[in-house]
Formats: sequence, structure tokens, C-alpha cells
Amino acid sequence: MPSSDDLAQLMRLARNGDDEAYRRLLVRVAVWLRGVARRGLVRAGRSVEDSEDIVQETLLVMHLKRASWDDTQPLEPWLHAIARHKLIDHLRRKGFADHVDLDLHAETLAAPEAAEAGASADARQMLSSLGERQRHIVEAISIEGRSARDVGARLGMSEGAVRVALHRALRALAAAYGRERP
Amino acid sequence: MKTEQLLAALVADRASGPRSSGRALALALLAGGVLSLGLFLAALGPRADLAAALATWRFDVKIVAVLLAVGLAFRLCRAVSRPLPVAHPGRFLLPLAALAAVAVAIELADVPMAAWRARLVGSNALICLAAVPAFSLAPLVALLAMLRSTAPASPALAGAAAGLLAAASGAALYAFHCFDDSPLFVVTWYSLAALIVMTVGGLAGRRVLRW
Repeated sequence: MPSSDDLAQLMRLARNGDDEAYRRLLVRVAVWLRGVARRGLVRAGRSVEDSEDIVQETLLVMHLKRASWDDTQPLEPWLHAIARHKLIDHLRRKGFADHVDLDLHAETLAAPEAAEAGASADARQMLSSLGERQRHIVEAISIEGRSARDVGARLGMSEGAVRVALHRALRALAAAYGRERP
Repeated sequence: MKTEQLLAALVADRASGPRSSGRALALALLAGGVLSLGLFLAALGPRADLAAALATWRFDVKIVAVLLAVGLAFRLCRAVSRPLPVAHPGRFLLPLAALAAVAVAIELADVPMAAWRARLVGSNALICLAAVPAFSLAPLVALLAMLRSTAPASPALAGAAAGLLAAASGAALYAFHCFDDSPLFVVTWYSLAALIVMTVGGLAGRRVLRW
């Protein structure tokens, strides 16, 4: 089982353009987040059906805000802080006003977790809030698993332009999550 | 969309935004500060006896205090722009509080009690209360805009810290115009002006710095 130092190392590698390291990091964080989200929802007396929405929204925010991690520090406290922030945010948005007591440190990043149960309903709905081109780019890269270069060739765009559009689309998705009200 | 599919999109997006929040923060402060400098030169300008004032300890301490405030508020702003909560953010301002306490003590010892009131009220109090926030406005907007890309543990606190940094930079400009150099005046009115800007920054931050 990799130690927590490896998480910071993966993020450092990712910062230097190692996509495979970043993918491995995100997979591990997603697994951990799933446990955090489910237990947080249970503790708040909520059904766990929203958990994948929380996982995805938190991953999105973590990705967009990753420059806020100071690479001289361990990664886990930073991950905890963001997961806590987004879980509380999610519960409040869904009308949960009580004090939310979360013990994230009970979860460890090494703990094995149940596999992803289903697709996120929110994410599909959020995708529909994007413009046609942005949605097309996100779907081609995520759902169809194409590379940015591939997508660019198909749309007559440069690879760089596809990445710029993708970045804007991810920011728009995160903003759409933030605006969402029950 | 499945989470695994989302991850592919995240990996493909390599734009990470500014790596060093310190650099981005400095640029925002500079951009807002240049606008305020233009406003300052057009509206007030430095006092006529600047050279003579520089030779007095009260003016020098005032300038040192506002520049120290800029430096400390800058560090505070960086710290509270991160997702991890900062314990006792007020401790960042301890050196400024110490300098203020020493300067006030010297002033009280140096000036007869009968003159304390006149020193405290000064001649420009209301202008100070209006000018410092006015010169803080552009830096505050620029700082809040920059901080939107960060992930502050407390958006309100981050907004207030941006307000403090903006107020310190506004005060750094106004200090060159103001004739009231007594520590009694500076500590009272500059702080009040900063509180106004911090309140505005905190309220704005709670809205615009949510993530």
C-alpha cells in the first residue's frame, strides 16, 4: 500500500506534466472521496444516492483549485480541507442546516472502498448547461475517451484550442454545481 | 457521466492557473495600486513640505507603519486564500500592533496631556476616513478578482484580509498627503478607515469568494 508521501509525489509529478501520475492520483482520491461522501451523508441522515454527485463536484473543484496546494506541505490535509468544504457546502445547498459533524480523519486514503455504483445524475444535467461545442468536447474526451488532438482534428480546432475550451467547460461545470439549488 | 469518465477530462485539462498565489496577489495589488496612485496624484498629491516632513520621526514612523501593514496584510492574504483554516489570523498583525503601541507611548510621553486631544483629532480626520477607503477601492476590486481563483477556507475572512491589504495600500498613498503625523491620529483614524474597508471586503468576500 503506498504511503501518503506518494500522494504528494504524484501531485508534484502531475504538476510537471505527468498525466499518468495525475490519473493515478485522481483515481485514488475518487475512491477515498466516495467513502467520505457516503459516510458524511449517512451521518447527516441523508440517503447516499447523492454521493457520486459530491465525489464529482469535489474532484472538479480539487482539480481547478490545485494550484492552492503548497507543494512543500503534505497533500492529505489539503485534500481533507477541500472535501470537508464541499461536503458541507453540498449538505447546506440541499437544505441541511444543522451542525455538520464530519470526522474525515477517520477515513484514510489507503482504505479500500466500494466501487462506483452508478453514474452521477447531476453531472448529466450539468453537462446540458454547457454550450454545444463545450459539451461536445467534454463528452468526446470523457465519455468517448478521445485525446484532445483527436477531438481537435474532428472539429477543425488546434489541440491547444481544445484544451482551452475544455478548461472553460470545466470551470463552467464547477460554477453550475455552485449555483444549483434544490 | 461516470466519475471515471470525468477523470479523463480532468487529466486532459492542463491549465492549472497561477502556481504561486504570491505572484498573482502582488500583480493584483500593483494593478489596483497604480490606479489609486493616479487618483491620488489627480485628487490630492503629496504634501508640499514632504522633504521637511521626512526629517521628523513622526512622519517616518507613519510611513514605516503603513508599509509594514502592507507587508503583513500581504502575508495574511496569502495564508487565508488556502483551503486549510488559519489559526488566529490576528497574530499576523502583532508586529504592527507592537510598533503602534511603542509609537503611541513615545508620543504620550513627549506631548503634554493638554495637547493630546488636539493631536488625536488632528485637522484631517474626516478626509482621512474618506480618502483611505477611496484609494483602497481599486486594489480591493483587483485583489478580490484574483482571490476568486483561490480556495479560501473562509471566504469572509479572505475578503476581510483583502480589505486590510487594500486599506494598507490606500493608507500608504494617503500618508504622503496627510499633515497629521501624530501616532495618536494615525492609530485612531487609519485603523477606523481600515475597518471600513475590511468590512466591505468581508461582506463582498462572502459573496464572491465562495467556491
